[in-house]
Amino acid sequence: MKRVYVNEKWCLGCHLCEYNCAFANSGERDMVKALKGRTIYPRVHIEEDDQISYAVSCRHCTDPLCVKGCIAGALSVKDGTVCIDHNKCVGCFTCILLCPYGAVSPGPDGLALKCELCLENACGAPACAAGCPNQAIVYEER
Amino acid sequence: MGIRYLTPEFEVVRNDARCIRCQACARQCANEVHRYDADLDMMLSDEMQCVNCQRCVSLCPTNALKIVHSDCRLRENANWDNAHIREVYKQADSGGMLLSSMGNPEPYPVYWDRLLINASQVTNPSIDPLREPMETRVFLGKKPSRIRRGENGELDTTLTPQLELSMPVMFSAMSYGSISYNAHESLARAATELGLYYNTGEGGLHEDFYQYGPHTIVQVASGRFGVHEGYLQAGAAIEIKIGQGAKPGIGGHLPGIKVGADISRTRMIPEGSDAISPAPHHDIYSIEDLRQLVCSLKEATAYTKPVIVKVAAVHNIAAIASGIARSGADIIAIDGFHGGTGAAPTRIRDSVGIPIELALAAVDQRLRDEGIRNNVSLVVGGSIRSSADVVKAVALGADACYVATAALLALGCHLCRTCQTGKCNWGIATQRPELVKRLNPDVGSRRLVNLMTAWNHEIKEILGGMGINSIEALRGNRLMLRGIGLNGKELEILGVSHAGE
Amino acid sequence: MKHYVIIGGSIAGMNCIEGIRSVDPDGPITLISAEPDSNYCRPLISYYLEGKTDRERMRYRAPDFFAANGCEVRSGVRAEKLLPDKKQVQLSDGGVVDYDALCVATGSSPFVPRFEGLETVDETKRFFFTQLTDALSLEQAVDSTTRVLVIGAGFIGLKCAEGLTGRVAEITVCDLADRAMSSILDADSAPILERRLRANGLNLLLGDSAVRFDGCTALMKSGKTLEFDILVLAIGTRPNTALLAEAGAAVGRGVQINDRMETSLPDVWAAGDCVESVDVTTGEAGLLAILPNASLQGRCAGVNMAGGEAVFDKGIRMNSIGFYGMHIMTAGNYFTGEDGGAAYADITETRCKKLFTRDGYLTGFILVDDISHAGIYTALIRERTPLEQIDFDAVKKQPSLLPFGKTYCAQKLGGVV
Repeated sequence: MKRVYVNEKWCLGCHLCEYNCAFANSGERDMVKALKGRTIYPRVHIEEDDQISYAVSCRHCTDPLCVKGCIAGALSVKDGTVCIDHNKCVGCFTCILLCPYGAVSPGPDGLALKCELCLENACGAPACAAGCPNQAIVYEER
Repeated sequence: MGIRYLTPEFEVVRNDARCIRCQACARQCANEVHRYDADLDMMLSDEMQCVNCQRCVSLCPTNALKIVHSDCRLRENANWDNAHIREVYKQADSGGMLLSSMGNPEPYPVYWDRLLINASQVTNPSIDPLREPMETRVFLGKKPSRIRRGENGELDTTLTPQLELSMPVMFSAMSYGSISYNAHESLARAATELGLYYNTGEGGLHEDFYQYGPHTIVQVASGRFGVHEGYLQAGAAIEIKIGQGAKPGIGGHLPGIKVGADISRTRMIPEGSDAISPAPHHDIYSIEDLRQLVCSLKEATAYTKPVIVKVAAVHNIAAIASGIARSGADIIAIDGFHGGTGAAPTRIRDSVGIPIELALAAVDQRLRDEGIRNNVSLVVGGSIRSSADVVKAVALGADACYVATAALLALGCHLCRTCQTGKCNWGIATQRPELVKRLNPDVGSRRLVNLMTAWNHEIKEILGGMGINSIEALRGNRLMLRGIGLNGKELEILGVSHAGE
Repeated sequence: MKHYVIIGGSIAGMNCIEGIRSVDPDGPITLISAEPDSNYCRPLISYYLEGKTDRERMRYRAPDFFAANGCEVRSGVRAEKLLPDKKQVQLSDGGVVDYDALCVATGSSPFVPRFEGLETVDETKRFFFTQLTDALSLEQAVDSTTRVLVIGAGFIGLKCAEGLTGRVAEITVCDLADRAMSSILDADSAPILERRLRANGLNLLLGDSAVRFDGCTALMKSGKTLEFDILVLAIGTRPNTALLAEAGAAVGRGVQINDRMETSLPDVWAAGDCVESVDVTTGEAGLLAILPNASLQGRCAGVNMAGGEAVFDKGIRMNSIGFYGMHIMTAGNYFTGEDGGAAYADITETRCKKLFTRDGYLTGFILVDDISHAGIYTALIRERTPLEQIDFDAVKKQPSLLPFGKTYCAQKLGGVV
């Protein structure tokens, strides 16, 4: 299946993936309207020091611990994509406790947020990869 | 700080209604123009540092930014224009030579734009390149001037070494040092994919790039940096660089700060030492001396590789080329005064040399007049901006063109002309690792391939329009050109008639 | 074709079904479940009271999960006796089920110490809080005038109290321990939670508990008396091991299993809250009765029952729990200096981060409202990553992948994991 892959070698640390992600999942058609004056809750985040930077988002593990640990049955694997049903999530954050990559984060409504590859939003394919200025994030089959 | 004579040249215009404080501008500006102030929740700008490279503009996700020329100008003076006065201030401050980069930006005539291309109508039908074969391949090197036969009358088809190009364009010399590793890799990979050549410049060949050797022209310049037997063997051709269009008559200088471990190894000089290319080759004071170097290089590579001699277009270029054509060189490369550079004294760049169009016409004519045109191929550079420029150059007599600025533009260069600072925000003219990584060769090489592919399509279309199905058939065919708005002398040198004639 | 039987329809049981089906798509499965409808997550019952979920959304798997997996459900029925020689289970309805492979996932039950006079508290006013039926009847029993007394300030008691907040007049939670959540919080971290609980109106009595009941009056150890309308007993739970113990299986505090979830009886597996498993931080077997382990164990058992290969060997204690918007995550063991451990602490009035290390490994942590990327710590414990391999000083401050180095990042972020 196609996944998001990250190559730190090309990451500029511009953080645009975070903004593209927040925009893609905002349901808005204009980035300014979606993000202006708001705290963003992206499902991808940049980790960086003065040497290196890279984006981290859900790896869509073949054997995802978050799904195993979810106390609400809100996390599931659909066609290889680890999905979260916000209708079922109660915000216990066991998924955050379990994700070895730190790829799940608390959302604005107290529920867990994670990358779902933009398959359910208007983008249809990961906005982080599409908007990455240097192909440090790619969405491909490997 | 004293009196600030220089005011910001550019103004950062931020549409605050659109700015979402993502700070991509701040994170991307190596000149540190932008910064976020948390107390004010505002982006602030230090416009003094702005070089108008447009990196921030290109990355701003909400199009909230534009960079404009500041309209804070000195009082109008047709003689003492703003630029001259600012330069006086700069020099009065620094006591140093002014440095610039990329090509001469002054408003000299661009003859390409005064030349018009012919097309077929009625009597010799044009050719549709989508339906009929169209050849843009060229071979560079000496061509026999007559048919030769062996003792038994069989045809002698042996040729001296040739470079085969899929289209009449090559990437011209840019050293590893003046441009980044990733820029080099982009060029090398694109040249390989396209069936063209890129050129090491005088910076040697990085060990990682030997794999692209069959599409590499290795340069031997006055500093002889990075030149060794393996290097000469690695390339498809060897170029002796005598001069460069942006700075004819002077050498080069890569400051020690840019000579890191990799560059030091590649150039074979101590880490941190300035790499100074002398103005002349200290062993070349005559055509005979040049011949010695040409022959030495051929000897060193067992006569398997063509040798190029590159010179800047200067006043006596026709006579110089005539000499080179007799030196044993296979190809002459001429670089016009619009050619780019990673750093040159401003006064030199803007005042020395002549336009490539005139140089090319003069050289081609001279070599024909002397009956030695077939001794050499002619490659011209120094601001070939489009496929139309390529076609016009070929019609004026070139075998192929060298492009560098256009290639850099494809890689992201925005011609801010501050390469000499080493802070290229596009990852091209820099050695700072955090900036170099901004140019992903996967992206860069694809953009180069795209550009050349597009040009090749256009060249075929233009050729077809003229009813010509091979680029070779256009070479030196000046009847296909007409001048517009040119005076009699210019037309005479270019060897073309005026439009309407 | 193998006939699979699973006793217990909660998380371990349902994951066991998925485990079986990942290997054997056809073998018939029979699920024996005491609960009428077990397809829900028990930890959600407090969220149900709070109104954060409802019966429909509480479903752990799709409503047709059992049917879709070819699983016959015998619900409302208990497994009374296990006859390992005959490979039979006798049921409370008199029925008998034969098995080829059996998984016992009987979970745990509330533990009630002896309270003098407990029987004087009317049965309609006395509750446990572990299953949906508890929550449903508790919901019916309370109104805005009710005074609730919860015995036990652990997970169940405090989550119950949070769930009832706003529905009732008064909630008192008492615990003999001197701090809230004494099983997972220490003296540094518990006060932060206690402040939050009190700020949200809970009457928290610590170091004190009921010793005697007289109808709806509790006499406390401190000598105080407390009037209440509803009593919730949330002292703890005990693994349901009787079935296996009686059948002769090795049972300690929980059912003893190996890393393939096999019990000492042939063709009998066990998973979930009823088992004891090895804690990687100590190497010793103990009760690790938490949902993620139940789910992993259930699946592991299922895979092995169907002839596949799976192990569960990374058991640790871990919890993620929230109260009134405060998030607490804990994991592993907190070895003190006496045990040869060391702690890193970063504690403020409202946050706490404590990391416990021993012999060059991270063995446990307590995080209060400082939980981002906590899974990186959990992984360090579960995977027994030698801390010398990473820049632990950096990880301490901010859990991220950076201190693991380029190779690790390239592998994890640039490959399939």
